[in-house]
Amino acid sequence: MKYVDEFRDPQLIANVSREIARLAGATRHYRIMEVCGGHTHAIYRHGLKNLLPPNVELIHGPGCPVCVLPMGRVDDGLSIAQQRDVIMTAFGDMMRVPGTRGTPLEHKARGVDIRMVYSPLDALRIAQTTPEKHVVFFAIGFETTAPSTALTLARARSLGITNFSVFCNHVTIVPAIRAILDSPDMRLDAFVGPGHVSTVTGCRPYEFIARDYGKPVVISGFEPLDILESILMILRQLRVGQARVENQYRRIVPWEGNLPALQAIGEAFELRPYFEWRGLGFISQSALKVSSAFAAWDAEVQFEVPGVRVTDPKAAQCGEVLKGVLKPPQCKLFGKECNPEHPVGALMVSSEGACAAYYRYAHLSESVPA
Amino acid sequence: MCLAIPGQIVEFSTEQAGLAKVDVAGVKRNVNVSLLEDEGVACGDWVLIHVGFAMSKIEESQAKDQLRMLSALGEDEMAMDEIRGYSFAERE
Repeated sequence: MKYVDEFRDPQLIANVSREIARLAGATRHYRIMEVCGGHTHAIYRHGLKNLLPPNVELIHGPGCPVCVLPMGRVDDGLSIAQQRDVIMTAFGDMMRVPGTRGTPLEHKARGVDIRMVYSPLDALRIAQTTPEKHVVFFAIGFETTAPSTALTLARARSLGITNFSVFCNHVTIVPAIRAILDSPDMRLDAFVGPGHVSTVTGCRPYEFIARDYGKPVVISGFEPLDILESILMILRQLRVGQARVENQYRRIVPWEGNLPALQAIGEAFELRPYFEWRGLGFISQSALKVSSAFAAWDAEVQFEVPGVRVTDPKAAQCGEVLKGVLKPPQCKLFGKECNPEHPVGALMVSSEGACAAYYRYAHLSESVPA
Repeated sequence: MCLAIPGQIVEFSTEQAGLAKVDVAGVKRNVNVSLLEDEGVACGDWVLIHVGFAMSKIEESQAKDQLRMLSALGEDEMAMDEIRGYSFAERE
């Protein structure tokens, strides 16, 4: 194993791996979904599959913000970007997500004013220094980034900055998990819960998964040992027929979450009745829109957006991969038309997308088992 | 975007409430720390930063672990680019 040297304690890793194999036995197949794209990346990067027995299968979840954004929303954002006197701003990941007529980066090359920013506050700063233009922030992300957009809106309002607005595509993770649990073709035994999202949401929102669906959830850190330990904690629950929410990432995640962050989200946003997720379809109450109190800073109020639903390129099977029905290399385009240099689907764009992670690191998983 | 970057608070802004200068592996930038004000933050504290906002307080040892992990995931350069890129509270 190439990366074992980087593990803090290879012996401890080996012990946990052995204990997982012992608990998993040989008679039953376990399907565990890691919800967060950060975990997907870490799992591939460290070749963790090698440290699991064949009957413990990891299914990659929907926790990659650019991966679940439907193409129609990318088109909507790009349509706003092309209006007169608009500067569109977006995170780097977003710049490479294909819309119907190319990515934001390709639009930029054609002369559309689209700029990459590292923080929504950077977008607000551009608005302050460019008063003759209207600056739109293309907001994406789960609860980890939503508070930042919320506080940026609050700052725009308190400073009276009127040439700034947010094109809001923030989504919330819990309704997506519920949709997956309700989906007939998803048979899952347990969840590795998201780490950084949970620093904001806390652990309570996952309790219904254990209570109503009888599936264990373990909130996990991102180190190899964290992820393996979380899988071990899940197997311990499953072995004795338990289902509860446990927090393996206690060193970062408080059980109650970050209350000021939740409050900021509550003030600046309201729930959309429904929102489309790539691969998962429409999920009710799964996304945020800018609240009516901030309508003057809501790009969807300030600009006409086409709002056209666009189907994915037919040959790409992003939806099936997102739901864990197909593994990345089983998609017809994987590694051919669709690769990290020229992504056809969003799963190939972000390092947290299952396809990009698989493309970069799959050779590790197929090397010597531990 | 989903990177959690560890940094140490070195100075609070006198010009803007909720703003503090953090040091990330030698690079110093202003970030917004207002979400941690309820639990209290002070100079010398370590925090995890997401897109310009400190989202949680951590121990010094965890900050070191986090940096090491970013490097193990091949994301340390991206993290430093992000920190260097925060320009919202820097002077022109």
